Amino acid sequence: MAAEKAEIDALKKECDGLRTKIEAARKAVNDGSMSAAAGGVASVGRVQLKNRKTLKGHLAKIYSLHWAADSRQMVSASQDGKLLIWDCFTGNKLVAVPLKSAWVMSVAFAPSGNLVASGGLDNMCTVYNIKAASPKTLRELDAHTGYLSCCRFLSDSEILTASGDTTCCLWDLETGKQKTVFTNHIGDCMSLALSPDQNTFISGACDSLAKLWDLREGTCKQTFSGHTSDINAIAFFPNGHAIVTGSDDCSCKMYDLRSDQEVIGYQDSSLNAGVTSLALSNSGRLIFAGYDDFNCHIWDTLKGEKVGVLSGHDNRVSCTGVPEDGMGVCTGSWDSFLKLWN
Amino acid sequence: MSGSSNLVAMKKVVQQLRFEASLPRVKVSQAAADLQQFCMQHAMQDPLLTGVSSSTNPFRPQKVCSFL
Repeated sequence: MAAEKAEIDALKKECDGLRTKIEAARKAVNDGSMSAAAGGVASVGRVQLKNRKTLKGHLAKIYSLHWAADSRQMVSASQDGKLLIWDCFTGNKLVAVPLKSAWVMSVAFAPSGNLVASGGLDNMCTVYNIKAASPKTLRELDAHTGYLSCCRFLSDSEILTASGDTTCCLWDLETGKQKTVFTNHIGDCMSLALSPDQNTFISGACDSLAKLWDLREGTCKQTFSGHTSDINAIAFFPNGHAIVTGSDDCSCKMYDLRSDQEVIGYQDSSLNAGVTSLALSNSGRLIFAGYDDFNCHIWDTLKGEKVGVLSGHDNRVSCTGVPEDGMGVCTGSWDSFLKLWN
Repeated sequence: MSGSSNLVAMKKVVQQLRFEASLPRVKVSQAAADLQQFCMQHAMQDPLLTGVSSSTNPFRPQKVCSFL
């Protein structure tokens, strides 16, 4: 219909105009670079952490790990079809959860420590009660039409998921039903992170965009561009005012939420491997980023410089996590091992 | 017909962009200063920056203790 085509053309024109307006508004507040502002800040020097423990037990590639809120227990997921819950102080395995589907991509610990959740190519998020005598399946959350790439509990009654079907979803665990579906990405969602105040969350996707969402309203509030490939990892800066992303384009970026733009990039010409995972230290000063080059590189958040490396894995570092007390960092790898560093 | 679903999709894109265009934005220099200040204020409570002594390191390899 000619009338409809005319309307679509008018809307396209309005889109272009709005995009230009947004770029101009961002430029207008871009009055200085973060690395320049950090000129007066003391350097952190070389950050040299030691491998304190290697956790052995998985029989295949590890895809995901998540610390419990007690900063002592940690859950890991491997395509050997198991979730393992570890006591990281002793190195002992506490619980083994056998999975119906071995193709797991993500695992999460509930803040209470009572539940863990996992999912992957089965397109489902399965929630387990690990405090029962033997791990019991509590819920199978089955509505995504693509793989489950990431999941995070808000509490024992709500969980957020990110999927290859390009949506994120908030689920009610009492009913097992979707409460809110977050649609706006045009590529597979690969990762998500909850804000410290739990009012918002961020997602990274294969459309190379990061988005900030209002959890309760279900709306996309901000969109961050700049990466030139899939965003695999995303995290909030500890005060909730900025986010850090890691991408297949071999770089990490920090976007400030209030300036609505990228404020610093973390890349090195010698680093030609994609970023798989990332975690920040408690002050936000250090970024631990896992790469396809078998290492976890450490970046100075403020200055944008590489300040250290965690070497020791024999294959891709697929997951990275810092516990709430900030006492160390854990890396998980396709070599089937987890390593604790501090 | 796919025509009208294109129209609906375009309207959603425009609506989202209108919303994003209306955001208030803070100067990058201010944002950078705030992030720096946070890092500085919390540096001493960041064990990965300050280092962990072996006596308080929860991940240290277990040593066998004996009472003498």
